[in-house]
Amino acid sequence: MLKAENISYMIGNNTILKNVSVEFIPGEVTMILGPNGSGKSTFLKIFSGEINKYEGNIFYNDKKIEKIRKEELARYRAVMSQQPELSFPLTVDEVVMMGRYPHFAFNPGKKDQEICDEVMGRMNLQSFKERNYLTLSGGEKQRVQFARVLAQIWEGSVSGNRYLFLDEPLASLDINYQQEFLQLTREFAKKDTVIVVVIHDINLAVQYADKLFFLKKGEVVAYGKPSTILNEELVEKVFGVKTTILDNPVSGTPLVIYHSS
Amino acid sequence: MVLCAIAFGTVPIKLADMSGELKNLFAGKEPGNIHQAVFIQLRLPRVILCAITGAILAVSGVLMQGLFRNPIVEPGLIGTSAGASLGAAIIFVKAPQFSPGLKELAGPLLMPIAAFLGALVATIAVYSLAKNTKRISIMSLLLVGIAINSICLSGVGFMSYTARDAQARSITFWNLGNFNGANWQQVIIVGIVAAIVFIISFRYSKQLNALLLGEEDATYLGVTPDKLKRRILLLNTIMVSVATAFVGVITFMGLIVPHILRLLIGSDNKKLLPASMILGAVLLVLADLIARIILAPAEVPIGIITSLVGAPVFIILLKKFNLLQQKGGYNA
Repeated sequence: MLKAENISYMIGNNTILKNVSVEFIPGEVTMILGPNGSGKSTFLKIFSGEINKYEGNIFYNDKKIEKIRKEELARYRAVMSQQPELSFPLTVDEVVMMGRYPHFAFNPGKKDQEICDEVMGRMNLQSFKERNYLTLSGGEKQRVQFARVLAQIWEGSVSGNRYLFLDEPLASLDINYQQEFLQLTREFAKKDTVIVVVIHDINLAVQYADKLFFLKKGEVVAYGKPSTILNEELVEKVFGVKTTILDNPVSGTPLVIYHSS
Repeated sequence: MVLCAIAFGTVPIKLADMSGELKNLFAGKEPGNIHQAVFIQLRLPRVILCAITGAILAVSGVLMQGLFRNPIVEPGLIGTSAGASLGAAIIFVKAPQFSPGLKELAGPLLMPIAAFLGALVATIAVYSLAKNTKRISIMSLLLVGIAINSICLSGVGFMSYTARDAQARSITFWNLGNFNGANWQQVIIVGIVAAIVFIISFRYSKQLNALLLGEEDATYLGVTPDKLKRRILLLNTIMVSVATAFVGVITFMGLIVPHILRLLIGSDNKKLLPASMILGAVLLVLADLIARIILAPAEVPIGIITSLVGAPVFIILLKKFNLLQQKGGYNA
């Protein structure tokens, strides 16, 4: 379980987050939604351990995040950030292998190699293995980064839960891979994984999330099952956009239609 | 390669003599004739010092480029070389005025110590000025580096201007690097420092790779970027300033060797660090060989050779790297 307790964060005099409290439960996919600058990415960086000067507490299974060594946390918590860059040419398999870095001291073991091969297989990257990462398209790069992040926590940890955080993972993907990414994420949730995804597309979120988490101006507006919390008023309150919500004829989940302004 | 470098020179040494000489050396015998003396006391330490220095400069280039995530960084960029130059220049010009006691105390190490201190002070100045609110930004490090370099070099310029001709010439000469005065004492000092730093930096190769993803993503892989940066910078400064203190400023090695190797074997630091160590050593020994034989019996400062050969190679690499960029090569 991942628990955030009264998280507040300021940059200068600007309040980025204000008293955010939430519990993310293993086996569930939670999608964070909110307008630009609502503090989504900042919140993700705080509970994943990147930002460490905040008010409040973060607990991984009742253990305060400050009490966990970074090297240890990296063995069961993986994060896909918004713009993973790479400053020098590396091959695709070298990049994916980075995901296994927290698990070996100097040379990767047989297990690490097997995991990388398996993940690359899942992401259809076998034919890319030897390619220079920097020559790939935006969507291909994203698939490689996703493979790296999955490889990092592909196996269960000793302490039980795994944690997977994705910050806008779908930005340059075609619709096929958007579905593939979210499908894989759902499968991962089954393995006692806490999954939190920052996403903009409400309809995709509804289709794949167990819970939605709405942030506006650094404060929690709503948190719960899509079917219970999602309605026209909420979307207008958070985004200022008028919508009509229908039943999706295929999946039966809510379907949001945006009105033009 | 190394044998060649030892064999050629103002006093030629036969290959056959070398093995016999080495046996004598290890048996603790005194060298018998002038050839043997040249070999043991001059040529051998010179070539070894040269190889170690080449390795140091190349490894330092790899470390700096990895740390700054920028392919055009070299050790001179963060004040290390310029600081050493200033330290050395001050000694060249002011040492004659020092009290005899001080001269006696430091002896022949006076200049290397001053250069080392200069390098250390300049690098620490760059580092601490670039650091704001606990974080070290790459951009500010580079910009402050340019400023501190400029201050140090104007200091060197001032020293040269106020110096007598002979001293000014010494400063110029030192800034072009040379292995003239190489001796066993230097080989041992530089060798030990290099060995320690190499072993430690190889152990950081995985973390340096992770840093290629950017600091945020490196953090998620369990790396603490600021800690890593501090350690690598410290190691690098010690290593480069020790080498520079004895042999002067040698440019382009730290830039070119990692570039060539990145094109050949990629950017995985686990392979890049040992490979650059070897190529750096080989290339600098070769450069020193050229420096010794091109105007024999006189000698050309080695920095002239490395710049003269290195700069065009660098331009060719840059051209090639533009091509790569079209195909998505470097994009730092």
